[in-house]
Amino acid sequence: MKYQDEYREKDSVQAYAHALSKITTQPWKIMEVCGGQTHSIVKYGIDELLPPQIELLHGPGCPVCVTPIEYIDKAISIAKNNPKVIFCSFGDMLRVPGTDEDLYAAKAKGADVRVVYSPLDAVDIARKNPNREVVFFAVGFETTAPANAMAVDQAYKEKLKNFSLLVSHVLVPPALEALLGSPSNSIQGFLAAGHVCTIMGTNEYLPISEKYKVPIVVTGFEPLDILQGVYMLIQQLEEGRHNVENQYERCVKSQGNLPAQNKIRQVFQVIPRTWRGLGEIPQSGFRLNSLYEKYDAENKFGPVANPIKENSLCHIGEVLQGQIKPHQCPSFGKLCTPENPLGATMVSNEGACAAYFHYRSHS
Amino acid sequence: MHQLIREMFHKAFGSSPDAHDSAVLKIPQNKIAFTTDSFVVRPLFFPGGDIGSLSIHGTVNDLAMSGAEPLWLTASFIIEEGLPMETLWKIVSSMARAAESAKVKIVTGDTKVVERGHGDGIYINTAGVGVLHHDLHIHPHSVRAGDIILLSGDVGRHGMAVMSSRESLEFETTIQSDSAPVAAPVLDLLKAGLNLHCLRDCTRGGLITTLNEIASSANLSFEIHESAIPIQPEVQGACEMLGLDPFYVANEGAFVIFVAEKEAKLALEILKSHIQTAQACQIGQVLEDGVAPVLIKNTLGTRRIAPVLSGEQLPRIC
Repeated sequence: MKYQDEYREKDSVQAYAHALSKITTQPWKIMEVCGGQTHSIVKYGIDELLPPQIELLHGPGCPVCVTPIEYIDKAISIAKNNPKVIFCSFGDMLRVPGTDEDLYAAKAKGADVRVVYSPLDAVDIARKNPNREVVFFAVGFETTAPANAMAVDQAYKEKLKNFSLLVSHVLVPPALEALLGSPSNSIQGFLAAGHVCTIMGTNEYLPISEKYKVPIVVTGFEPLDILQGVYMLIQQLEEGRHNVENQYERCVKSQGNLPAQNKIRQVFQVIPRTWRGLGEIPQSGFRLNSLYEKYDAENKFGPVANPIKENSLCHIGEVLQGQIKPHQCPSFGKLCTPENPLGATMVSNEGACAAYFHYRSHS
Repeated sequence: MHQLIREMFHKAFGSSPDAHDSAVLKIPQNKIAFTTDSFVVRPLFFPGGDIGSLSIHGTVNDLAMSGAEPLWLTASFIIEEGLPMETLWKIVSSMARAAESAKVKIVTGDTKVVERGHGDGIYINTAGVGVLHHDLHIHPHSVRAGDIILLSGDVGRHGMAVMSSRESLEFETTIQSDSAPVAAPVLDLLKAGLNLHCLRDCTRGGLITTLNEIASSANLSFEIHESAIPIQPEVQGACEMLGLDPFYVANEGAFVIFVAEKEAKLALEILKSHIQTAQACQIGQVLEDGVAPVLIKNTLGTRRIAPVLSGEQLPRIC
């Protein structure tokens, strides 16, 4: 398939792996930010193709994984306790464990929980069911924010009164700053998430790179993208540079997608957000602004509870910060499996634990 | 109800002059295979098939996977009150056509009507009886290290056809289900005297789930070559877009064949001579042992585990 096969082609990938081994002279620890990249790395065994001095740390860029447990609980409570509610969500939120159960279990017990492929599908459900309350679980990074903003704006323009969003949106740059500012930080360079930058561009990474003297390469998701991104990053590290570079030029422009950014700004405002496993990070997420606040499910169904403590057997925080690899968690594959997950990283399509569980030997 | 049975089911499926509470059939001397399956697909009609043809192909193919020649089917309908008669006619006619092309007879059946809201339009159960003309034990326990793994055709079409139809996902081209009867090529393989070790259709859970089931039951490990597995570009594209792995997407015609290495070439030739298995290919081999039941060697030359997924695949966020 075009735009795919050429990025999974053995010879090109091996040529980059060979070139990397030539330029790498010392150990480097670099982090791929996005869970989609983590899955590609583990699925294709890209880490096995790298020189042994390069260690890939898996980052927090999994929208499902970082959605706080109290939001999952709120979603379940809205869906279960309000018979008029049709609760809509992207598919991979349904298996994320809340305190007692997940949205799948709520659905099995009779809650009207529906998987949609776009937030605009949820608006359509609201349009067709004027006597029901439609709530869409708006999670994700900058990538999903424009479509969610568009859905709310559409409902606003049509004066739909039975549509709302449960918002748990987070932003990448503040999370990178939080990781770099941590006293235990060992990250020396980032592969930034290509699709987030498709929306936001590359410019917002310039001050981070400068402040922390860390190179950042905006990178795609295919094996060749990742190897080229790693090559560009190692080249900078070996040369002592710390620039923002763009490997994913076929999608990412430095200014990003301006109409999408305008739509985000029109609907959302930046606020501090709690990240599952990471805690509160200043100015790291969105909520609906005052113009759209009547579309906020927290205004309709009550606010989300205070942060809830994670199961102590789940080391999700250390995994999301790249401090441990999934298989180094004592619960991995024993107490925690995709059938009985302790944390979100074991169930999400982009979760690091799920990637290791599915593609690697468990020993 | 009598009118429905007489004017619709008897007309479509034929009726015996001595029709009674059960069909009386003469069983051949050999062993028989006997199976049943229920069909609850939504939507009822999808590109490349419908619940009617699916209910025939599914059961016929289950019989074929034992190396049996499918002969007779039962058909039971649970119909939701209010299902348009025209819809029922379309389904029943499709079943009749599918049964004819699969060379099976629908010999008995049942119809129940449930209140509106108690069913998705219609559910169908079919059971089937087939006859075995061979003494092979076509079963995972007959799989041996060194066996070649063949795949009858491309994968992922049925699941993606149903999903895109159910969710109204619009792609540039329409993905057609691979739903088809596959008894004819299987019977030809047997007629040629091939010692088939195992056959299994890659229905729910797709190719990888099927391989895992066989590997676990056989207590062996399989190595599969990713680049050898045929996938239509539109299926690949749709899966990429939704974050689904086509190797786990359901099929209704594709099946795997395990044979000794020396018989693989002839088996492939026979499969390729049938339209429904024209794309048959070799996808891997059975190993003496391995770190997991199923390993995939990908396009980059690295190997990974291909496990059974927990639950159905869910489309991802971004």
